[in-house]
Amino acid sequence: MRTVVNCKNLNVRFRTDDSLLPAVSDLSFSLNAGECLGVVGESGSGKSQTFLAMLGLLADNGAATGSVTFHHQELLHAPRKTLDTLRGNKLAMVFQDSLSALTPTMRIGDQLAEVLVRHKGLSKAQARSKVLAMLEIVSIPDADHRYNSYPFEMSGGMRQRVMIALAMLCSPEVLIADEPTTALDVTVQAQVLRLLDGLKRHTDTSIVLITHDLAVVAGLCDRIMIMYAGRAVEFGSVRQIFENPKHPYTMGLLRSVPGMASDPDIDLPAIPGQPPNLEDLPDGCSFAARCAYAMERCTVERPELYRMNNNRQSACHLEDIS
Amino acid sequence: MKKPEIRTDWYRAHSTAMLYGLSIGHQASTRQPNMNMFFFILRRLGIALPTLFIIVTASFFLMHSAPGGPFDAEANLEPEVLENVIAAYNLDKPLLTQYWLYLRSAARGDFGPSLVYKDFTATELIAVGLPVSIKLGLTAMLVALLLGGICGIVAALRKNRLIDHLVMALAMTGIALPTFVIAPILSLVFGLYLRLLPIAGWNDGAPANMVLPVIALALPQIAIIARLMRGGMLEVMNSQFVRTARAKGLNESRVVIHHVLKSAVIPLIGYLGPAVAGIMTGSLIVEMIFNLPGVGQYFVQGALNRDYPLVMGIVIIYASSIILLNLLADFVYGLLDPRVRRSYG
Repeated sequence: MRTVVNCKNLNVRFRTDDSLLPAVSDLSFSLNAGECLGVVGESGSGKSQTFLAMLGLLADNGAATGSVTFHHQELLHAPRKTLDTLRGNKLAMVFQDSLSALTPTMRIGDQLAEVLVRHKGLSKAQARSKVLAMLEIVSIPDADHRYNSYPFEMSGGMRQRVMIALAMLCSPEVLIADEPTTALDVTVQAQVLRLLDGLKRHTDTSIVLITHDLAVVAGLCDRIMIMYAGRAVEFGSVRQIFENPKHPYTMGLLRSVPGMASDPDIDLPAIPGQPPNLEDLPDGCSFAARCAYAMERCTVERPELYRMNNNRQSACHLEDIS
Repeated sequence: MKKPEIRTDWYRAHSTAMLYGLSIGHQASTRQPNMNMFFFILRRLGIALPTLFIIVTASFFLMHSAPGGPFDAEANLEPEVLENVIAAYNLDKPLLTQYWLYLRSAARGDFGPSLVYKDFTATELIAVGLPVSIKLGLTAMLVALLLGGICGIVAALRKNRLIDHLVMALAMTGIALPTFVIAPILSLVFGLYLRLLPIAGWNDGAPANMVLPVIALALPQIAIIARLMRGGMLEVMNSQFVRTARAKGLNESRVVIHHVLKSAVIPLIGYLGPAVAGIMTGSLIVEMIFNLPGVGQYFVQGALNRDYPLVMGIVIIYASSIILLNLLADFVYGLLDPRVRRSYG
């Protein structure tokens, strides 16, 4: 399979007043053409920052080291001009909060059209007709009228579909969707997911789906990367992860997903404790303090990612024993 | 859990709009233009007229409570003549009667005769001075907006670099130095020592004569506008839609011009009214120092000579223009922020 994005030993650090916050540590993964990779983890696990770093969109106080390549072209510390030819064109991102992610003072249609003018060299009129077509594709009713709407005049679901239309305009090779369904109600979530599913089926675009919702991942993704406290703790196919989770954190996550058959009187099993403070990470496994299987070794030695059969990886000392 | 995000960038515009009784509908219909605009103007005028009335009343009684009268400077006036003159201008009547008489004629647009510049009505004197003051004030306002805006933008784009610190240091100085200090210094340095520009005088508004007064008038406003602009820019540059704009592959100048500027000038709009007021009051001093034949001259002379009708006329003109320009500022809000615009039609 052809590798599109290759990330090696990525570290993302944020400078705060009195410390250096390790948001992402020593992360390596690759993304193949046409696949859908689910990146799962709770808030602060570094899943968004990984891909913001890749696109050169970290906040001012953030810095990335390591290497992220797109077709063997290094993206980290690439000059702005190089990034500008790729961003929005080959590499597109769908942001989470569509109300604050769209420019409030600009008409939706103009925000979309400028991408085509920028990357495809279309005239304004050509861009307009392409934008209208794309708005139809993402099922925006009355696209001709909506073209002139401002973001605040649309519903959350409609805005999120506009965000996806924005990302799809130039038929990117990689589309990163950062929590595209969070804050949407369930029926709208389904619409957005159907849209991404259609994109996956009908185009060659690789999709990265960043989420904390395992149910979303299950329906859409091929492979899953589980992140915890800035590190990848488990890799596997959707089937492997759901049927046979290896890392205790993954197991905990799966157990805490409510099912239709869940007894409402019984509390869902939750992972005890809180994720560690990134400013004060333990020497050993970051998850050890919350792990039911923690051994003495876990508190002193950080487990590396153990490779198993079938491209599986898990960062847990349990794999070393078995 | 995800931290709730406080979108400070919109809060300011929002709260200001709320202050003026606008409601920002989040799902406002885009289809039907409504009558809100009409009611908005009506409501604002309903506030403006009482405001003007209070200003007029306060100025009237303050003026008349100041010791002395308009004819004290006239030496050797026969007591009978003085009495006749005072009676001719109704100044012998009780204050409340005078107030009533003044209100009645002012409501008809008649500001009365000047008591000091004989043979002139207050309206005539204002008509002579106003073009000078307007030319001076408008030029200063434009210069302040342009220079202040540019300084603020440059400072924000070069945040924490040398040029940013330089601009902000100059801005602090500009705010700290009062006009009556800046104006004589400018006149002294550029007029007397360097002999580059006229020391004073209007000369029918020749550009060379306008340079120093405009600078003196605009400087404090440049300073404040630069700071507001910088603040607005920095706030917007950190917002998520700027990240989206960059993620679209737009270069930084397009990001700034198309996605940042409109939102970034919003804090500035709220300052437009106060800026105009600042320039108007500043021009009283500047016109005196540079000896310009504007309304400010007449105002100061009128106040010193207790020329009641002249001063009252100028107060009414100044107060109504400030009220009017504040109203205008609210419409500019609407131009810049579609959310405000849609809420009043």
